[in-house]
Amino acid sequence: MTDTARIPESLHEQGEYNFAYLDEQTKRMIRRAILKGIAIPGYQVPFASREMPMPYGWGTGGVQVTAAILGRSDCLKMIDQGSDDTTNAVSLRGFFEKTAGVRTTCETAEASIIQTRHRIPEKDLREDQILVFQVPIPEPLRFLEPRETETRKMHALEDYGLMHVKLYEDIAKNGHIATTYAYPVKVNDRYVMDPSPTPKFDNPKIDRMAALQLYGAGREKRIYAIPPYTKVKSLDFEDYPFEIQKFDKPCGLCGAENVYLDEVILDDKGGRMFVCSDSDYCEERRADGHLGPMAADPAAARVGNTRTGETIR
Amino acid sequence: MTATQETQTSQAMTPLAAGFHDPVHDAQACFRAVMNAMARPGTRQSLDIAGLTPPAPLTSVAAALALTLLDYDTPVWLDKPLMASEAVKAFLRFHTGAPIVNEPVEAAFALVANPGQMIPLASFNQGSAEYPDRSATVILLGQGFGAARTATPAVTLTGPGIQDSTAFPVGPVPPVFWEQVAANSRQFPRGIDLIFAGAAEIAALPRSTRILPTEV
Repeated sequence: MTDTARIPESLHEQGEYNFAYLDEQTKRMIRRAILKGIAIPGYQVPFASREMPMPYGWGTGGVQVTAAILGRSDCLKMIDQGSDDTTNAVSLRGFFEKTAGVRTTCETAEASIIQTRHRIPEKDLREDQILVFQVPIPEPLRFLEPRETETRKMHALEDYGLMHVKLYEDIAKNGHIATTYAYPVKVNDRYVMDPSPTPKFDNPKIDRMAALQLYGAGREKRIYAIPPYTKVKSLDFEDYPFEIQKFDKPCGLCGAENVYLDEVILDDKGGRMFVCSDSDYCEERRADGHLGPMAADPAAARVGNTRTGETIR
Repeated sequence: MTATQETQTSQAMTPLAAGFHDPVHDAQACFRAVMNAMARPGTRQSLDIAGLTPPAPLTSVAAALALTLLDYDTPVWLDKPLMASEAVKAFLRFHTGAPIVNEPVEAAFALVANPGQMIPLASFNQGSAEYPDRSATVILLGQGFGAARTATPAVTLTGPGIQDSTAFPVGPVPPVFWEQVAANSRQFPRGIDLIFAGAAEIAALPRSTRILPTEV
């Protein structure tokens, strides 16, 4: 009796979805927006964003960009805050495994397309790789000027004084530029752009990156891009130059320095450690025999092992 | 008179050339080549055009680009040789559904089969300061790459997508073409984007690319 309700296995092989979920006309529309985005680095190209089978905020923009560029021979990596095994990364990876049947990976070096939410991998990206960002609010001026008509004019006239006022007010209030993520950049000396809510630690990586960067904002219906080797400058002042976060300790598990660290709570007695936010980078270093100061700690080892176990899957 | 009518009838009688064998994956592969070309101005990207036999003067590579990028949303402008061919228009209408327009300024895409006689780049839609993305993309057919195959000397390119600078030997192009391209990039962010379609390769020149003065 239960057999009648079951969907036959063969139906999956017939393919209920077009390759990578989107229909071909939608892909063409997104592809044209991507081409214009590449031709005008940092400019936000409006596009007819579709409703996706996931809520806004889960990366609908990045998913649509990835779906439009993805091919059968691609190898896809999905990261969320640097990690391959958090909810967002796992479900979006599953989405493309199901709708496109492409190879997926957790290794940065193996991937041809990396879709990311709020981090850039620690490992330098190559020319043959593409980095796709999920963007919540693409307009860097939006919180300073809510009207789209006005911000559009400001971009047209290259009028970015307001952004400098905002950074100046940061200094006046806090003594330093207090913006730590979604730190505004100027692309190719023309457009001020929001690099999505990546920590400003990652801003130097955007500058003259060998890989092509594509940014997709689904709810806000914008696509923008930075071609390889494009000059990207984080906004600052002569006397208050741009600087990135510094960590006084290395990664607890792999001992890496000069990487972005996440705080992990180990127990309810105040035990904690700082580990690489890029889980693949951390695992690779540990596999190479690098050990951090917390690696021997049983509580810390549990955190590390869970991560390894889930990633191998 | 009768001769023209006969030609037209015989053109109309020839069966419509086929589009992509695999519309989904062929279009994806073609788009990736275009995207890589646009992201790395001046580089040659090879295009697999097996199976495309569009009516002349449309070339296989140009047909692949049209099938990948055009649809009912994109008015297309054709230069004289293409416009004269009913078979080309029928091919584009049937496979892409793109409206064919008479005024260059109305077009989102332009196909130029005889680039040596091309109309000025300024004739096409340049986009506005607020919406620079609404400008046209112009596709030049029958291009040859490499110093040996072009009559004009190579120009040197610099800008986004180019590590330092790169030589870009391409042709045929009209005599004042590079001045027009330089003027096009000076009005950034407005301006048109160019795709050069060869026999099995493409290259692109977005408006962000600057033309360096050539040393004599």
